[in-house]
Amino acid sequence: MTNPSLVLGPVLYNWPVDTWADFLARVADEVDVDRVHVGEVVCSKREPFFADRLPEVIERLQRGGKTVVVDTLALVTVKRERQLVADLATIEGVEIEINDLTPLATLEAERRFAVSPLVNVYNEGTLGWLAARGAWSVCLPPELPLASVRELAREGARLGVETQVFAFGRLPLAISGRCYHARIHGLAKDSCRYVCAEDPDGLEVDTLDGEAFLAINGVQTMSQDCATVIDEIDALMDAGVSSFRLSPQTGDMKAVAAAFRDRLAGRIDGKEALARLAGADLKVPLGPSMMSRAWTPANAGGA
Amino acid sequence: MNLAAALVRPELVCPAGTPAALRTAVEAGADAVYCGFRDETNARNFPGLNFSPQELTDSIRFAHDHGSKVLVAINTFPRAGAERLWQEAVAKAEGAGADAVILADLGLVAHAAAKHPKLRLHLSVQAAASNPDVIRFWAETFGIRRVVLPRVLSVPEIAAINAEIPCETEVFVFGGLCVMAEGRCSLSSHATGKSPNMNGVCSPPSHVLYKEEGEDLVAKLGGFTIDRTPKGVAAPYPTLCKGRFTAGDYAGHVFEDPVSLDAAQLIPPLIDAGVTAFKIEGRQRSRAYTQAVVAAFRKAIDDHMAGRPIAADMTRRLAEGQSTTAGAYKKTWR
Repeated sequence: MTNPSLVLGPVLYNWPVDTWADFLARVADEVDVDRVHVGEVVCSKREPFFADRLPEVIERLQRGGKTVVVDTLALVTVKRERQLVADLATIEGVEIEINDLTPLATLEAERRFAVSPLVNVYNEGTLGWLAARGAWSVCLPPELPLASVRELAREGARLGVETQVFAFGRLPLAISGRCYHARIHGLAKDSCRYVCAEDPDGLEVDTLDGEAFLAINGVQTMSQDCATVIDEIDALMDAGVSSFRLSPQTGDMKAVAAAFRDRLAGRIDGKEALARLAGADLKVPLGPSMMSRAWTPANAGGA
Repeated sequence: MNLAAALVRPELVCPAGTPAALRTAVEAGADAVYCGFRDETNARNFPGLNFSPQELTDSIRFAHDHGSKVLVAINTFPRAGAERLWQEAVAKAEGAGADAVILADLGLVAHAAAKHPKLRLHLSVQAAASNPDVIRFWAETFGIRRVVLPRVLSVPEIAAINAEIPCETEVFVFGGLCVMAEGRCSLSSHATGKSPNMNGVCSPPSHVLYKEEGEDLVAKLGGFTIDRTPKGVAAPYPTLCKGRFTAGDYAGHVFEDPVSLDAAQLIPPLIDAGVTAFKIEGRQRSRAYTQAVVAAFRKAIDDHMAGRPIAADMTRRLAEGQSTTAGAYKKTWR
């Protein structure tokens, strides 16, 4: 089996553009990942701030030896968003990742593409159709049970499609037409004052009992835990997973990537890997993957 | 109202969780009824609901005898390794005489288009097709004839979509309101381990617990507190996205107030926006509810088609004490 690939997902949060560019410059020079995703996934209102800087960031990453993947928007409704998606699909020299099926309306038949965890790939039929259309990598939805991951990885191997899992980061759980950041600040989405930029890891949503539960990121809802599969690597590799996605959070992503690389290479065990993540200066609490959460007592049926 | 729209009579599409509810909906004036099989292939997979193949066959005969159509929802995402169950559901629906199937999964749509070329295909709201490009993709690639639009669009956006697409649209006008793009939400999976997309249940009763704590009644889902009310006050059902939480300095309904959708007053502009069919949510609701809501919307559409105004309070009392909203149809909702 070939070495599993390590992939840095797109920044899902509204970071100041200089912070974002500096982060990716550091990734280009110092962070041990094979591929790096760029592009705005969550909110089209953020996109204009980054558009001018995107070419230089892409070039920098490529000079650093990274394969660059440009992501499309997750929820496409109005004309400007449709145009953005159509334009991205024509950028040369980079890979494209689709975050819904809209790009398939305009993407040239011979152009290959990656599929993000926000696209519903639950079964072999969907995987097979996307592979025939040009998909070369599929990051599976985080809620898939291990049995499904195994079935899809087997089918992916047969079709020559890389099977990727969401391996680190607050889990993307939902996308909406409504902006929750604007809502809790008493603002409308159209005049949001970009309040989501105040929370570079998203804003924690707790239960009325003070229990950690979710996080909001503009129109996106996420897990509050920074979920990681780093202690489930053996089971996932055994199931045929060949690629692992790290979703950027504030903190030391270089250390996070290094911990994953060492764990994937078998240089450290799961326990040590978790300890290394715990020391990576993260601002968000680490937690288990959804796959393992599904077996916690409260969820085993009949809370 | 423009003249072209005045000629088109929209279709009223009503829910049926049981054969009895289907008969009730048909008799109350439904142009079409939607329902599902008694298994995980449909997005309202609750105990005591839904249809066996024989019940579906009998119900379709009843509906057709009364001039109504039956649409069969097979709108969860097939489980890897078990796609045959969903494929067989499509075959059974066609065999039973269904007027259309409502599908969400790309692979299942591709299968149905290839293996059941005569079967009319509708795209479920669970596919969240939210713009003309992706709708054209579904229509041109698979022959989708109607798309149920996700509840994230405003009326002008719906009009813009209809101006560009080669198929019909259906929109929700009443009932439970998803605040997330449908089929793209794992909040309930996160809290309960049961997935709306895979298991067809959201905030399922099996994972609900009401607990007295001091002066409060606490409503929990999968162990998480979703709401807290003083004892003696009716406790809301803990639907995750309608719960109360804290976020920064905010405390309250972070995602949505406990409201349901009522777009009865928007029927005229939605017809002008080119919408073909109006859908009522609630396959899990009682027959009495189904009867009342279907009759009210039958009258609303008939009044409008006859040039009469739609009475303002006609549907409000049906919300059973809940507040209502026009949701994303009004842009300020966002």
